[in-house]
Amino acid sequence: MSHLTEFQTFLLLSILKVVVVVVITLTAVAYTVLLERKVLGRIQNRWGPSRVGPFGLLQPLADGIKLFLKEELLPLAAEKPLFIIAPIIALSCSLISIAVVPFGQVQHVTANGISVDIFNIADLDIGLLVILGITSIGVYGIALSGWSSNNKFALLGSLRATSQMISYELALGLSLVGVVLRAQSLSLRAIVNSQSAHGLLSWNVFGGLQFVAFFIYLMAAYAETNRAPFDLPEAESELIAGYHTEYSSMKFAMFFMAEYANMITVACVATLLFFGGPSSPFGNLFPAIGGPIIAAILPIFWFVVKVFAFLLLYIWVRGTLPRFRYDQLMSFGWKFLLPLAMANIVFTSLVLALHAK
Amino acid sequence: MQLALFIIFGALAVAGALNFLFQRHPINSALSLVVVMMSLAVLYWSLGAEFLAAAQVIVYSGAIMVLFVFVVMLLNAGEEERTRGSRAAYVAGFPGAAAIFCLLSFVFLTERKALGAVSLGGHLNHAVSNISEISTLLFRDLLLPFEVTSILILVAILGAVVLARKEQ
Repeated sequence: MSHLTEFQTFLLLSILKVVVVVVITLTAVAYTVLLERKVLGRIQNRWGPSRVGPFGLLQPLADGIKLFLKEELLPLAAEKPLFIIAPIIALSCSLISIAVVPFGQVQHVTANGISVDIFNIADLDIGLLVILGITSIGVYGIALSGWSSNNKFALLGSLRATSQMISYELALGLSLVGVVLRAQSLSLRAIVNSQSAHGLLSWNVFGGLQFVAFFIYLMAAYAETNRAPFDLPEAESELIAGYHTEYSSMKFAMFFMAEYANMITVACVATLLFFGGPSSPFGNLFPAIGGPIIAAILPIFWFVVKVFAFLLLYIWVRGTLPRFRYDQLMSFGWKFLLPLAMANIVFTSLVLALHAK
Repeated sequence: MQLALFIIFGALAVAGALNFLFQRHPINSALSLVVVMMSLAVLYWSLGAEFLAAAQVIVYSGAIMVLFVFVVMLLNAGEEERTRGSRAAYVAGFPGAAAIFCLLSFVFLTERKALGAVSLGGHLNHAVSNISEISTLLFRDLLLPFEVTSILILVAILGAVVLARKEQ
């Protein structure tokens, strides 16, 4: 390795981290789909996929092969370049935001004079803003897909999706302000550290008194990812499939993967901001067991458990709640969530100001 | 590295701006504008202004341009028709634009010290958190202009609501 310059080493290590994280995320996406089909099946008193492999565990693989081999259809009246770019925007935006998520405690590995944090692709001072920014860019994927396919159902679906995402972005952003005020930083590591003092008791959702913010975040995040009970953009009983009606084969799969990758990102952010991220729920109650390797892996275990719990909650909600009506959705976002988020900001800053005195 | 970033994204911004002018369809033009804004955000970041970069992406590309695209989609605006252009635009426009360009670049180049120029990528390697600096500036030193601007925006929103409301 000694013939590489520091910059080249850094670049290689970063590419390695990116590849590993993308592979893990995509695998997680595939198995989240399977998890959803299984759990929804059990909720609806049926088995779900059970034929391919033991317990249907190879089903995502079979689905992937099927989607790869399907014919790629391009509607005659579609706006070609935008029609092709739209799924790319959707998927890449949902994957990029994983880059700032810290998966574990800081774990530096030194190679060739460069020390790299292996459990975080990029530790930015404004990690939270980066996630919000990339989410807001992701709207283009959906908006353009509906418009460029020149189909009225797709257009209606994408108009719904766009207006829904713009409206709920506000409540989502405002709900995070309380957490940022408490941590006094926009860096995700700093936010995690601000709630790791006493384990479960110092998590933002309990000890941080950000329960209301968490509720707003959860609602807004469900709307942002276009999931039930806010899945109006693809309401299959009225819009066929919404914005991706005209897409087939891998282009459809890209939208599908983008939706689930967004779910995972949202679950990661909720874990980091409200549930202490990779820190243990027991705090320092138990003495540390095992060597340094266990100490490095245990935080990742907690992180994955929390994210998994959020994904289960997503699926549970989808299996339980009926879909909102469109005007209900809009008035809920603007007249209830937004004022509540503002009240939460005022309350949190008041409490913090009184504490500071 | 910083120079490479500047060349790539500066060229991308210029290309996006040109594409914005030459495209006939409003959606394509709006998307080129998004490309310009994103490249500008990268340039801000390479100058060390990371908060400004994020705000640029969230506000301009993520909110304002989405609304533009949304309106274009809703109105289903078609392709624009090309006209030959007026003679006056050719005679006065090109020299005028060139003159303004020369004047602005002259002012910026001669007064770069007074305007607070930084060398390219000067802050990228040791980026400090400039959120606190921006907030001190906005909420303490420039508090009055800031609040007046927000009232102005509020008035504009109210005006839009009044204009858009149907008469009962």
